[in-house]
Amino acid sequence: MPPLPFPDTVPLSWYLILSAVLFCLGVAGFVYRRNVITVFMSIELMLNAVNLSFITFSYKLKHIDGHIFAFFVMVVAAAEAAVGLAIILTVFKNRHTLQIDDVNSLKW
Amino acid sequence: MLAGFAVLCAISLVSQTHPIASALSLIGVMGALAVLYLQLGAEFLAAAQMIVYAGAIMVLFVFVIMLLNAGAETEGKPVSRWARFSGMFMMAAFLGIISFIIQAQLPPTGGVTFGAWVGGTAQEIGILLFTTYLLPFEVTSVLILIALVGAIVLARKEV
Amino acid sequence: MVANLWLIPILPLLGFLINGLLGSRFSKQVINFIAVGSVMLSFLWVLKTLYGLYPIDQPLIEHYFTWIQSGSLNISVDFGVDRLTAVFLLIVTGVGLLIHTYALGYMAHEGGYYRFFAYLNLFMFFMLTLVLAHNYLVLFVGWEGVGLCSYLLIGFFFLEGFATNAGNKAFIVNRIGDFGYSLAAFLIFKQFGSTDFTKVFAGANAMPVENSFGLLTGICLLLLVGATGKSAQIPLYVWLPDAMAGPTPVSALIHAATMVTAGVYMVARSSALFLHAPIAMNTVAVIGLATAFFAATIGLTQYDIKKVYAYSTVSQLGYMFLGCGVGAFSAGIFHVMTHAFFKALLFLGAGSVIHALSGEQDLRKMGGLWKAAPITCWTIFCASIAIAGVPGFSGAASKDLILEAAYQHAPWMYWVGVLTAGMTAFYVFRAWFMAFTGEYRGKTEDPHADAGHGGHGHGAPHESPFVMTGPLIVLAFLAVVGGLLSVPKWLEPMYPLHEEAVPSFVELMPALMAVGGILLAFLFYYLKPGLADSFSNALGGLYTLVFEKYRIDELYKATVVDPVIQGSRTVLWKGVDTDIIDGAVNGVGRQSRGMGGILRLMQSGSIRAYAAWVVFGSVLVILAIGVAGGMR
Repeated sequence: MPPLPFPDTVPLSWYLILSAVLFCLGVAGFVYRRNVITVFMSIELMLNAVNLSFITFSYKLKHIDGHIFAFFVMVVAAAEAAVGLAIILTVFKNRHTLQIDDVNSLKW
Repeated sequence: MLAGFAVLCAISLVSQTHPIASALSLIGVMGALAVLYLQLGAEFLAAAQMIVYAGAIMVLFVFVIMLLNAGAETEGKPVSRWARFSGMFMMAAFLGIISFIIQAQLPPTGGVTFGAWVGGTAQEIGILLFTTYLLPFEVTSVLILIALVGAIVLARKEV
Repeated sequence: MVANLWLIPILPLLGFLINGLLGSRFSKQVINFIAVGSVMLSFLWVLKTLYGLYPIDQPLIEHYFTWIQSGSLNISVDFGVDRLTAVFLLIVTGVGLLIHTYALGYMAHEGGYYRFFAYLNLFMFFMLTLVLAHNYLVLFVGWEGVGLCSYLLIGFFFLEGFATNAGNKAFIVNRIGDFGYSLAAFLIFKQFGSTDFTKVFAGANAMPVENSFGLLTGICLLLLVGATGKSAQIPLYVWLPDAMAGPTPVSALIHAATMVTAGVYMVARSSALFLHAPIAMNTVAVIGLATAFFAATIGLTQYDIKKVYAYSTVSQLGYMFLGCGVGAFSAGIFHVMTHAFFKALLFLGAGSVIHALSGEQDLRKMGGLWKAAPITCWTIFCASIAIAGVPGFSGAASKDLILEAAYQHAPWMYWVGVLTAGMTAFYVFRAWFMAFTGEYRGKTEDPHADAGHGGHGHGAPHESPFVMTGPLIVLAFLAVVGGLLSVPKWLEPMYPLHEEAVPSFVELMPALMAVGGILLAFLFYYLKPGLADSFSNALGGLYTLVFEKYRIDELYKATVVDPVIQGSRTVLWKGVDTDIIDGAVNGVGRQSRGMGGILRLMQSGSIRAYAAWVVFGSVLVILAIGVAGGMR
């Protein structure tokens, strides 16, 4: 296979743009999807995008603290996913629906 | 190229109707990101990403989807045109702002070369974790404990 | 020497506190003892202090504590005794003691016994503070305090609407005067940097005499406003006749001998200021003279014995102001002293008469009392002679000095004053003749019927008990010989006397007018009783006008009182209070509810809506941070 025509050095800003794009896509999914599990996955996508930008910056500044922070973000995301899915399970047991539009009794 | 792959997966995540399809595309995103981390010299994190995220969390998601027998998304209430328009606008604005910031603030420096800086070795991260960031480390372990207990309490059958 | 001047006012204050707080549990004897005892102790202390300080060449000033310290304003509580204060201290405590004793008998049957004596003691405290004060603000404390006590005591019989109205009137009219005094005090501070007498008078003496309208004239005119309120001069005299609604000892003490002379005291004390503002002094003289004449004319027509004496008080106060206004400050003060003697006597005697007749105050219903109440009759006779200005008695000595000074200042003032003296003699003896001579015109009480006060049937008129007639005798003695106490000589270091020769008729005319007035009254009311009525009928409308006190009260009501009340009702109450203030407060509530009603629509319950709001908000925040960071 011929060598793929991509340059040796990738400009740093591309990583950041990618992070931004991923984040926005995550937001879009968060706002637009009706299935609550899909919403959760969009949240995970957002967190990943943020991780990417942390690591990019830590590369730029040659500082390892960014990695540490990304590590903690991952930990928190894991915990949040666990608890969130438990909540979804409970709501499903009560309402038998996975559409978040139907879970709207906390209105005025 | 990898980035393109990541974006494609993300788009599919967002636009797929069936949750399983979304989950699989999310796994794809994770993998792409892991490789990108490697490129940026974060070895430990790349590995952690694959193991924790793609390996554990996504599996959890898939389990839940299977458990709940979630089907394809049904047709929801038609969203008013006003809401759709404002939503699009906000998205565009968000994106535009962030890219603008990035373009404007960052000096056009050199890029990333694979192997140029390998700072994220497990050893170095470990050193930091257990010295400077010891407190957050312990706190997050408590956090995981809490999440664990909470999840069990929430999801068990009523006795 | 340390004179402990503070004891002089504090002793009556203690009497007030004890009687006021605990009096309801005491028996009458104990209340009497405390009330009269505190005044007696105060009087004795005055005597001791003055004896120790005699002759008071230098004023003795005692500094107690700093009351207000704010920036350059430093007001301390100082008491000072100089010759002027000495005169007043003796008058206030001496006459006050006699009146307290008298009141023991007069109020014996009245309710609220301890309250009355408590208020009287409080009044003594304030009056003594006023007299002893060594700066304008402590004087003002006493000034206001006596106004308060006047209100309390006039409205003593508070169950009667007339009495409470009179008390209100007195206090409110006084307040108008106090406003003038306050402004004057502010100006004094602004000009001299202090309100302390020593500093102010030293500063005033250093200033040139103002022959045109300047700051000193303004200050003095404002002080005069205060004095007209307190001492019942034109235009603020209207409260004094109505103040007769209070018990007679109150009328004697407050509205004859002491409180109303506070204005004269203040003017005399501020002589340094007035001497440098001739325009103000002229105004003082003119107002005093006009008041004297005006009040005398009204006094000619009144039938209530206390009202006659009330207008007489206003008139005599006018004389005092006249004296101060023409520069004869010591003559004015001398008249204060003699007036205290004979006016207190007149009022106490009137009270004795009223007591004798079980509450009757109308002269037309009296008569022939010289048989039934001889001591009262002859003591009032002494007082009447004194006030008429018959030579040799006290009133003449002081009044003649004032009239002489008036002649030297401006002869027309002298002639008006002489005419007024004649009228004074006339109306005072009119009262005496109508009350004591001739036949008794009142209704004789059925001995078994319930009488006016107290429940014991008085039956025919009778003499008052010794506790009341004793003070009358003492005062009569003073009224007769008081003229021998040459106060002007005593006050000479403060108010230099100008001994100028005056034409001999100047000294004779007042005496002639006095005797003439007496004879006229004799004619009208003893020899030919019907003559007075036919005379007044002949005068018709003029007589009615004077009898109705020139309808001044009605004038004030129409021009001042009614517009204020109407204005308050419609503008302030309905307009401002209900509409604006209530509207604002309620409006705030209404607005909050409205806003809340709109904001709560956000709580739609839809999670996606919340998510959308989150995104929207974060966009805004990022924009804001970007703009703050300088993003274009």
